[in-house]
Parts: sequence; structure tokens; C-alpha cells
Amino acid sequence: MNRDEIFEKVKEVLVDALGVDDDEVTPDASLTADLGAESIDFLDIVFKLEQAFGFKIPQGELFPENVMDNPEFVQDGRVTDAGLAALKERLPHADFTRFESDREVTKVAEVFTVDAVVNFVERKLAGVQA
Amino acid sequence: MRWIWIDRILELDPGRRLVAIKHVGLGEDAVQGHFDATDGLGPDRPVLPAPLIIEGMAQTAGVLVGHARGFREKVILAKISRAELDADAHPGATLRYTATLDRIDDAGAATSGAVDLLDPAPCAPGADPRVATAPPAPAVPIGRVDLVFSHIDHNRAGVEFPAHNFVFGESFKTLLRVSGLEGET
Repeated sequence: MNRDEIFEKVKEVLVDALGVDDDEVTPDASLTADLGAESIDFLDIVFKLEQAFGFKIPQGELFPENVMDNPEFVQDGRVTDAGLAALKERLPHADFTRFESDREVTKVAEVFTVDAVVNFVERKLAGVQA
Repeated sequence: MRWIWIDRILELDPGRRLVAIKHVGLGEDAVQGHFDATDGLGPDRPVLPAPLIIEGMAQTAGVLVGHARGFREKVILAKISRAELDADAHPGATLRYTATLDRIDDAGAATSGAVDLLDPAPCAPGADPRVATAPPAPAVPIGRVDLVFSHIDHNRAGVEFPAHNFVFGESFKTLLRVSGLEGET
């Protein structure tokens, strides 16, 4: 499955799970800020991705929880260097370029873009085939 | 049992499927005055409000999800992924909810559900409703309700919930027992 095919399937999942229009699901759209996803939607998206692609996603693999509970990772509402490093390690599929200039902890969910989900699926499929 | 919107559980295939029915009664508070605006008969022919059909499916699917983990999890309806209902449920009719468990893990569960309407005394076009010769109509599919449940103890986000399972009190277990599907526990 190539990247375009993955994108189309991810788009279908997001349109179904979030009730958004096809044309809203662009590669750099943020699931929370642009597509209105809330915490429970992430659970739904994980379920639907598993059905669409036929692999298992352990809890926290796509959308990790509790990373930011560590006091070393957040200071004065901003993610520290250690926190950023931890996030990047946990989320190799996400792009932190935009987030790095701001680092406001409340905006960390915005790194979950449509592209990040496509990256995740791509890596996962490559791993399954390896 | 005041907020139980299913009357009996007909079938339980643990971890897979649960079928429950709900009889719609004219005397129910929620039905009173909830008129059907589409058939012109107004409040004389009330309907079961559609949100309570969704609640019925949520309870059907919720028992299935709870049972799958021995009622240890607090199963909370988190999302109505889809709710499509094409017909009204009038007093005297029976709703049948068939919930299928699509996915369950520590975080929660996803279910899909079919809603069927069984009318014991159909008034087919042209039939004389005073002569009950026709056999009851077969179940008619009237909609689908797909749901997502959260096992909230695994999704706390820093919130502490009471230790006792406030979702599955005695009501649902009693319903399983009187439906003949679970032993005395």
C-alpha cells in the first residue's frame, strides 16, 4: 500500500470518526485544533484504524498518555528539553517543527496531524511486513 | 429499575453479541405527550423518544461490554458514533436491540447495533384492523446505533473515581438473572 492509498483510508477513518468533511482532512490538519477531536475520539480512531488496516495498536502507542505528567518534562506550562526529547522518542511519527518554537503544554496535542497518523500507519505496515 | 430501558435479555453470546427487547408502553412517563409530528395523529399516538432508543442500545451494548470483563470495569458510554432511526416506536410495539462487540481492550470498547421493530398487530395497507387474522408482521429493521465505551478507570486523566462499580449495580445483573442467562451470583 503506498502513501496515497494510506492517506485515503486514514481520511475515511477520520471522516467517519469525527464527522468532518472530506476536504477538511488535509495532511497538515491537526486532529484536535482543526478537526475537533476530543480525547474519546482518539480511542475511536484507534479502533477504526485497526479495522481499516488489520493491525493491533497497543494503548498509548499512537496517542501516548501521561508523558506530560512527569514534572521534569514541564516547567511553567512549557515543555522542557527533556520533555521534548521524551515526546520525540515516543512519537517518531509526529512532526514537532511547529511545536518546538512554542512549547506550550496545552498545545502538545496539536502535533497529532493527519500526516502523523499516516506516518504511524506507514511505519506500522512496514513493521508488519518486515 | 427506573432507568432501565430494556425489559428482557433474549440472547447472550459472551464477548460477541447480546440481544435485548423493550416493550413500548402507553403508561410510561417518557412516552406521555411525546407526540409523533409526522403521522398527523399528534399526542393521541405518542412515540418512545428516539434518545431513549439510543439509551436502550447503550444499555444492551453496555451489558455486553461489562459482561465481557466480568463486570469489573466501569463502562461509560463515551461516544455515539452513529445513530440512524428510520421509524417511530409506538406503544404496543416491541424494540429489539442486537449489539455486537467489535473491539475491546483496557481502554474501552466499540460496538455496533441493529434496532428492529416488532409490531404484534400490523395494520397493513388495506387490512381491516378490527379483524386480527393476519399473522404478526416480521421484525423490521429500523436503524443502527454504533457506540464507543470507555473503561474509565483506565482513562482517568488525573481524576479519581469511586472504588465501587457504580455502573453495574444490581439492576443489570438482576436483569441477566431473571432473563435466565446468568446464575445466582
